[in-house]
Amino acid sequence: MAGFDKVVSSYSEAMAGLEDGMTVIAGGFGLCGIPEGLIGQIKRQGIRNLTVVSNNCGVDGFGLGVLLEDKQIRKMVASYVGENALFEQQLLSGELDVELTPQGTLAEKMRAGGAGIPAFYTATGVGTPVAEGKETRSINGRDYLLEHSITGDFAIVKAWKADRFGNCIYRHTAMNFNPMAATTGKITVLEVEEIVEPGELEPSQIHTPGIYIDRVIKGVFEKRIEKETTQAAKQLGAN
Amino acid sequence: MALTREQIAKRVAMELQDGYYVNLGIGIPTLVANYVPDNIAVMLQSENGLLGMGQYPTADALDADMINAGKETVTAATGAAIFNSAESFAMIRGGHVDLTVLGAFEVDQNGNIASWMIPNKLIKGMGGAMDLVAGAKNIICTMTHANKHGESKLLSECSLPLTGVGCINKVITDLALLEIKDGAFHLLERAPGVSVEEIQAKTQGRLIIPKNTPEMTL
Repeated sequence: MAGFDKVVSSYSEAMAGLEDGMTVIAGGFGLCGIPEGLIGQIKRQGIRNLTVVSNNCGVDGFGLGVLLEDKQIRKMVASYVGENALFEQQLLSGELDVELTPQGTLAEKMRAGGAGIPAFYTATGVGTPVAEGKETRSINGRDYLLEHSITGDFAIVKAWKADRFGNCIYRHTAMNFNPMAATTGKITVLEVEEIVEPGELEPSQIHTPGIYIDRVIKGVFEKRIEKETTQAAKQLGAN
Repeated sequence: MALTREQIAKRVAMELQDGYYVNLGIGIPTLVANYVPDNIAVMLQSENGLLGMGQYPTADALDADMINAGKETVTAATGAAIFNSAESFAMIRGGHVDLTVLGAFEVDQNGNIASWMIPNKLIKGMGGAMDLVAGAKNIICTMTHANKHGESKLLSECSLPLTGVGCINKVITDLALLEIKDGAFHLLERAPGVSVEEIQAKTQGRLIIPKNTPEMTL
């Protein structure tokens, strides 16, 4: 009896069922807190025509950027895509669609999607290109946009520690979009640095309860740093 | 003399108050952290999910899991909190952040800001800027007064796609400190040695000039 034991032992098991044309929602901010091994598996499986929802699209050669190399992404929903030359090239050639979404709206779209709320009103983006084609409503004298929530066929999430039931804890700012992404997948796959036995994590300290998680895999992470800044090197913000 | 980037940051820092929660954007706004007066405490919010951003780490304390919204490695200050992106934007959109400092390509006399997109050039995305300008009660915009061709960036109406509407109330440039209200830029201070005439010449939008415009003290 497997019961609530969600641990799988291979990346192919972790991403089984992913097909061409599906929507994948990925946690991470830049290269911080990204499910590196699950992204690698999507590349190996050669799945195409994907819609990928994530705050960023990695960088050339790392993170979600590797899925651009074989043109596996058809549409990207993100708030900031400025770190990626291949992305720019495919966008300009029309091979890639992008839906730029304000960062807070993107986080809330995921949160709402996982929480069964189909849409919400926000002041973010009123009077800007983001408002085009969207319903606007005045509430208490201020204008708000109606934004629709997001769910996906797969959600791929990176956490620090999980128990076998999928209860998990994120580490530092590697949390970012991961808890929201975790709630959005028809199948949510969690890639972690360490798997522990149920009962080892303090219940009140768990960030994402296992109910949202379908599969857990212990990953191997490079944890590349996008901008290495140290005290000796410079003052804050100097470049 | 026009202010340097550091001097603009220093003047912004004089607007900080003890106990402020502050979000600093990328560029000149980030430099403000270096000029927080010694006699006050502020907490820096980084929209990737950190309230209480500390210094850059020493080389041996470098941690890939600890970054700011500019994707730079940082540390957590004493008393910091870390949370998810939805929580981060709940505090931003909900008006809980006391002050936001951000850069812009253009601002106009009605408080509109354009900071994220130049059509027909590379579109990188707005990141958190639209949420920040929609949610903050108090925003300072830092920018150069004119572009490198000498054309004003303080306009009667923004020409670029907007980031937010009617949301900017204070602008600190290399030439002046101005308040935006009632459909005009109100000149409050000028940079040391910069004439009112130069500011007027480089302000395309409606400019209200008081009888006496004091020089900034830095």
